[in-house]
Amino acid sequence: MAFLAVELRNITKTFPGVIANNNINLGVKDGEIHAIVGENGAGKSTLMNILYGLEHQDKGNIVIRGKKVRMENPHVAISHGIGMVHQHFMLVRRFTVAENIVLGREPRRGPFTDIRKGLEKIREISDRYGFGIPAGEITGNLPVGMLQRAEIVKVLYRGAKILILDEPTAVLTPQEVKELFLILRNLKEQGHTVIFITHKLKEVMEIADRVTVMRKGAVAGVRQTGETDESELSRMMIGRTVYLETGRKKAEKKETLLELRGVSLEDEKGVKALDNVSLELSSGEILGIAGVEGNGQNDLLEAVWGLKKTSSGKIYLMGRDITRLEPARARREGMSYIPADRQRHGLVLEYSVAFNMALGRQADRSFSHGIWKMNFTGMREKSRQMISEYNIVPGNPGAPAYSLSGGNQQKIVVAREIDRNPSVLLAAHPTRGVDIGVVEIIYKKLLEERAKGKGIILVSSELSEILALSDRILVMFSGRITGETSPDKTCEEELGMMMTGSISMQERQ
Amino acid sequence: MTDFVLNILLQTVRISVPYILAAVGGVFSESSGVINIGLEGIMLNGAFCSVVGTYYLGNPWLGLIAGVTGGIITSVIHAVSCIRYKVNHIVSGVAINIFAVGITKFFLILVFGSSSNSARIIPLKLITFPVIGGISPVIVITVFIVVLAHVILFKTPFGLRLRACGENPAAADSLGINVWLMRYSGVAISGALAGLAGAWLAMQQSQFTSNMSSGRGFIALAAMIFGKWTPLGATGAALIFGLAESIQIHVQTMGVNIPSQFIQSIPYLLTIIVLSGLIGRSEPPAAVGKPYPEELSL
Repeated sequence: MAFLAVELRNITKTFPGVIANNNINLGVKDGEIHAIVGENGAGKSTLMNILYGLEHQDKGNIVIRGKKVRMENPHVAISHGIGMVHQHFMLVRRFTVAENIVLGREPRRGPFTDIRKGLEKIREISDRYGFGIPAGEITGNLPVGMLQRAEIVKVLYRGAKILILDEPTAVLTPQEVKELFLILRNLKEQGHTVIFITHKLKEVMEIADRVTVMRKGAVAGVRQTGETDESELSRMMIGRTVYLETGRKKAEKKETLLELRGVSLEDEKGVKALDNVSLELSSGEILGIAGVEGNGQNDLLEAVWGLKKTSSGKIYLMGRDITRLEPARARREGMSYIPADRQRHGLVLEYSVAFNMALGRQADRSFSHGIWKMNFTGMREKSRQMISEYNIVPGNPGAPAYSLSGGNQQKIVVAREIDRNPSVLLAAHPTRGVDIGVVEIIYKKLLEERAKGKGIILVSSELSEILALSDRILVMFSGRITGETSPDKTCEEELGMMMTGSISMQERQ
Repeated sequence: MTDFVLNILLQTVRISVPYILAAVGGVFSESSGVINIGLEGIMLNGAFCSVVGTYYLGNPWLGLIAGVTGGIITSVIHAVSCIRYKVNHIVSGVAINIFAVGITKFFLILVFGSSSNSARIIPLKLITFPVIGGISPVIVITVFIVVLAHVILFKTPFGLRLRACGENPAAADSLGINVWLMRYSGVAISGALAGLAGAWLAMQQSQFTSNMSSGRGFIALAAMIFGKWTPLGATGAALIFGLAESIQIHVQTMGVNIPSQFIQSIPYLLTIIVLSGLIGRSEPPAAVGKPYPEELSL
């Protein structure tokens, strides 16, 4: 084949104050799976948005199969066979899957939508590539993995030959990732070209034929996956070797900080979110909770924190009964909580960095003079100190939180919660959606706290994170603790199986 | 006895027509993602325009068209402020309601030299049906509109796209659907229907009286919610509200004394009950009231 499927030539794109893409050249061959990796903010998404016509380059050309194309809008991209699967699903929850897929390009019979014709075409696509998609179901009732497939079918329905997938695995379980990769290979076999954006190098090595590495808005290099390895890619990505090997020392068992005895919790519909959960957390210990999203891990933290009221069981913090206490009390008793969703529960986005760092401790000495007067000077000082400690960018305490990148927002939350000097830290997905540089800082901080003798409960959907940080690992499945293990006795595959209930502890032994 | 029942039913329909029209309008507006609490004011402007139109053009049909046009124009003001300028939809709607009371009174004095009512206008000719007798053509139009609204919303590509804009505008946008255009259409349709509702009120009384919509726009909103944001549901709810009023009037003429205020509060009580989830759940479109594109949170 003479032409490349996609060729980007000298693409430059600047936003006020930032060069998002600096003279980028990218070639994607017909029928290959091409990964684009880079940290958050490296310019991957901007580049793909330009290719898809959502944004426009200041300079440079887009060439599709040898023809120069002006990507004025997504319509043009679609008409050239390019389809994009966004990181955040673009689906209407109340529509059926079929309605979502045909939306904007409805088959018609006279003036009406011919949904039957749509269903037929969807079934044909679904069978051909092995999507197994329930076209008649209401979209909102389907699991995340299925939603993503619906997104891919949506793109194929529009006749896309070149698929752009933006961080497709971020929300998937290990099993769902496997299934997705199977579909991607099918697509490739049948002549489709796949552009795959990610920052997970392991996946790149597994699925991609070639990989383009981006760093700070520029291309840092292109490699055949067969001729490179993860450590080279990560060096290219970061510009230095990343230290994620945490070098934990064996924790010595000391006092018990937190204890749960037979805790149960029902959700609004009366379904058991937690079912007779018992656990102990010692000082100087990181207790990892592994599980597929929605199996009670977050409910567990929220029950301990007092956000959700338990229906039975007892929770003790250093011997004191804290069952069903309000979060404000939990704070005073010496706990901290990093919530799973920083934007909704961790920050007031309209507030400044300094105010966010004072949230929940506005009555503390360093933030207020008595009841009536806030201590703004103290707030600024304290936030400057945290900003430099966590390397938060931009380093202006007065900047509104929404103006910061996700990673820096997360650092605000982590800094605030750790700075309170809690004896027990509850951390829900502390590194979700942040890039590897931020991950490194957060890991370092969590391990420092552990070394100081704090107890940490770590809930994460990143198994590598659980394995890297935890002293012990508990596996949760449908509200119960179904297994206990430790990083030196298990691996990601096995944990993945335990999380989905495919193997139980008994079978394992 | 059959006469009595027929009377109640016909009166129910007559009372319900403005509720039905405005409520179905509301369904279109809110399905596209724009809250339209301004139905009340749109109705009032529609009523006034239809009277002025009939008065000067000498033909009630042209007056009807003038009413619809007035409704559309009023609704487009609401649409521009909500869609283009991202004003809070409730605030804009309240402003429309207050604005309509003022401007109709202003022109009432200017055109008819009275602050309370207009000159009388020629009413529409009734269509005579067997058994039920003479009926305003607007009732026939209303039936037609309800069916058409259902078909458009649920059976055509336009309806699918309109609802997508009210549920997840970003998704619609990513598929090349013009979210703003859809939302303008939704609000304009609500303006046309609420304007027609106002015209009906004026035609019923053969004149415009100051503030004659007197809360009917809000009852229509209640009917829309009670009907779970669907044309057929809203129509059903509007008929229930109309029936309650009709019965109250008949009961009162028979000398039984139920306070009319009690009957008037029924639509709102029912709406609160529905919203609180006691009789099934009534959920608004997911993105209703949210501007698009939303401010980026980085």
